[in-house]
Amino acid sequence: MTRHIRRAGLFCALLLVALLVNAARVQVLRADAYDDNPANRRDAITRYQQPRGDILVAGRPVTGSRDTGEHLRYERTYTDGPLYAPVTGFASQEYGTTLLEHTEDELLSGADPVLAPLPLWNDFTRSRNAGGDVVTTIDPAAQRAAYEGLRSRKGAVAAVEPSTGRILALVSVPSYDPGLLSGNGRTARDAWARLNADPDRPMLNRAVQRTYPPGSTFKVVTAAAALDAGVVTDLDKPTDSPDPYPLPGTTTRLTNGSRGCEDASVREAFTWSCNTVFAKLGVDTGVADMTATAHAFGFNDGDVRVPFRVARSTFDTTVDRAQLALASIGQYNTRATPLQMAMVAAAVASGGQVREPYLVERTTRAGGGAVSTAGSRPMRRAMHPSTALRMRELMRDVVEKGTGTNAAIRGAVVGGKTGTAQHGLGNSGTPYAWFVSWAQGHEDMEAKVAVAVVVEDAAANRREISGGGTAAPIARAVMEAVLNSQDGPATW
Amino acid sequence: MSKAGITLATADPPAPTVRLPRRRGIELTLIVLAVLLSVYGYCAVGLARNGSVPPGAAGYGAGLGVLALVAHLAVRWRASHADPLLLPIGVLLNGLGLVLIYRLDLETPGAPAAPTQLVWSTLGVALFIVVVLVLRDHRVLQRYTYVSVAAALILLTVPILFPAVNGARIWIRVAGFSIQPGEFAKVLLAVFFAAYLAANRGALTYADHRIRWLHLPTGRVLGPIVAVWLVSVGVLVLERDLGTSLLFFGLFVVLLYVATGRTGWIAVGLLLASLGAVAVGRLEPHVHGRIETWLHPFASIEAGEGPNQLAQSLFAFAEGGMLGTGLGLGHSVLIGFAVKSDFILATAGEELGLAGLSAIFLLYGLLVERGYRAGLALRDPFGRLLAVGLASLVALQVFVIAGGVTGLIPLTGMAMPFLAQGGSSVVTNWTIVALLVRLSDSARRQGDGGAAR
Repeated sequence: MTRHIRRAGLFCALLLVALLVNAARVQVLRADAYDDNPANRRDAITRYQQPRGDILVAGRPVTGSRDTGEHLRYERTYTDGPLYAPVTGFASQEYGTTLLEHTEDELLSGADPVLAPLPLWNDFTRSRNAGGDVVTTIDPAAQRAAYEGLRSRKGAVAAVEPSTGRILALVSVPSYDPGLLSGNGRTARDAWARLNADPDRPMLNRAVQRTYPPGSTFKVVTAAAALDAGVVTDLDKPTDSPDPYPLPGTTTRLTNGSRGCEDASVREAFTWSCNTVFAKLGVDTGVADMTATAHAFGFNDGDVRVPFRVARSTFDTTVDRAQLALASIGQYNTRATPLQMAMVAAAVASGGQVREPYLVERTTRAGGGAVSTAGSRPMRRAMHPSTALRMRELMRDVVEKGTGTNAAIRGAVVGGKTGTAQHGLGNSGTPYAWFVSWAQGHEDMEAKVAVAVVVEDAAANRREISGGGTAAPIARAVMEAVLNSQDGPATW
Repeated sequence: MSKAGITLATADPPAPTVRLPRRRGIELTLIVLAVLLSVYGYCAVGLARNGSVPPGAAGYGAGLGVLALVAHLAVRWRASHADPLLLPIGVLLNGLGLVLIYRLDLETPGAPAAPTQLVWSTLGVALFIVVVLVLRDHRVLQRYTYVSVAAALILLTVPILFPAVNGARIWIRVAGFSIQPGEFAKVLLAVFFAAYLAANRGALTYADHRIRWLHLPTGRVLGPIVAVWLVSVGVLVLERDLGTSLLFFGLFVVLLYVATGRTGWIAVGLLLASLGAVAVGRLEPHVHGRIETWLHPFASIEAGEGPNQLAQSLFAFAEGGMLGTGLGLGHSVLIGFAVKSDFILATAGEELGLAGLSAIFLLYGLLVERGYRAGLALRDPFGRLLAVGLASLVALQVFVIAGGVTGLIPLTGMAMPFLAQGGSSVVTNWTIVALLVRLSDSARRQGDGGAAR
């Protein structure tokens, strides 16, 4: 019997070994696969167990966290949600994250390993750091001015600081309250369904994610290309251009909205926005030089991040002469985001240099210690400095005596360009009203702000939709807000 | 040897032969350690959850300590030669179980289970003391062979009259308490098997047909075995309790093998078991579903129905990793229903890690090993079979439920001995430990110069 008891004991020992080996399999070998299973809610629970870091505008958080006491404990809240939605995006327990909430998620949620006091410390202790904060470059006064300027009209505003590339305002209307999507309950699901079904697409960030035909505002690029290429040497010399202008190789005749464009000088044509002159100027400059300048301004670059991705602004490089004529006045396949057009204005204002736009001034730990700062950004030359000087002149003329007088500010030098872009089948759509501009206070060493405004809303009277009438006052409000901020926006 | 042991030894009249050390001092030290570990776990939960030691810590420690101490005194008085590891292991596992249940109570504030479990633990320890004090010689139990089996069958069949709970008819509800009579039946059946086999092992060993090398038993002795098998399958079909039937049958096969030393029994046992399993797996949708879940634990996720309990259990174990999240910091509550009972081990796995889980398995292993050791040391066949049977009962039960929640074998509802919520189970397990204490005391006493009565 003893022998058999021993054997039965051995059998029990085998059972024990099987349990131990299997436990090691589940807890160590297969652990990663189980941890990564999307149905495993532990990641989400850990993620929402602590308040999320905040996004700051001018030192004040525009986000917050609410303790719901639920399983996924903390929910995102927003102060002035619709105002800052194009900057923050949303952070939803159900639908993920977008915009800054998305690109800075690791830091905000505390998962970023740089927040750990020691390398691998968190892996060992299984602790999670408090979420870090993201300090933005946004100027709240400019942001609010742009938002209130658009009011209920569909459109977007982007403003940057020309000397640095800091984004001062990023507004898209209609907007939405991202706080509605924060939770995981019925409210969030209903809001999600409603926002996605809305034909006005309130969750679309028009300032960076949508491209528009830039219309006449693109003449800034065409003029710069012509000046750089030496096609124009004297701004006041007649350009020998007909009105109407027959598009090369076609029988189509291009006309103007304003009179006095026949044989006008570049200065006059820019001030009064003559399509004929700039279509011819673009054709005279040629595809190669037009393309080079457009690229230098940032067109056709699909990899711009601020840090979230900016839609690619396009200038078609495979055009015939007729298409080039239209492309040169911001029609045909030429498309630009409002942010891109703000960069165009900024390049003129800062002596021809283009700075990559950015939205995050710095990131900090929960305690305030810096994690990273924006640092110096790469810059490139969009045009010759002397060209930039002459472009400044042209843009000032537009505001002082041309189509953009609505943007003039007392006590400041303002340059601008209007645009009214046709679109839709047979140009039947309500035109987009554009205004791009920059402003420099009389006591400032350099331009403080460059701004692009686009208004796409259908107005009762079609004639009221125009760059100078609709968009310029909004641009002026934004520029005034920046200039009136004590010595510009707060610097960090 | 401890000081206490020396004192006791010198207090006894001088013995003619060399005395085995009684090791009661070691037992006391280990009990103190077990109580301290439990209190530490209790405090760790509070510190992790609220940043403060829970207010009941002192009371909990004192309660557990007094219970363990009284049990120890009973052993010292009436079973002074008993194995010194059995009682501390019981105390530690019971204490740890209370900590885990208390920890899960924090997640389900509406349904606290720890206080009830503490009451049942007290009852269990009381029964332990009663058994140790009253049952002075295990051979007395042999007289009650058929009373045992009759009582066991009644206990097994009573729940059939009560409504099914969660797919299984294994509970009866009396005055707000739910009792699982099958738990008590386990001990009675172990007594019956041990007594029956001790009495009939001669017949079972030598009456057989021989087909080549395989010895097969004759029909006359096969009868009772088939009867037991039928009861097991009956339990399975009528009560839908796969685990219990597996346990009974496994216990019987092990004891049959130990009693007769015939490999043929194992072959017959395995054959019958697999026949029964296949038949029931085909016919019973409840059992069939369990097997499907075991084969494809994530099928419900792929079907878009969310993770099932086994998947959640695996997630919990995986989260634990090597060292665990720490007591109070896991999310095993996601398992939902039965997280404090059948799935209690997942909480241990998640919060104590592979290290803690292995330690728990080894504690059970040690408990089983001490039982087998007593079986080896005893001289009388009944005692040997009873010790082996009770130890195997623990081993099989741990394997069935721990293997089930870790995905090693199909999941069957069963309580993890001492750890899981469930009054009947705790009381039964304390009885098993009490019997093992009595058996080990007899084993060591008989080697101690004929002190056994």
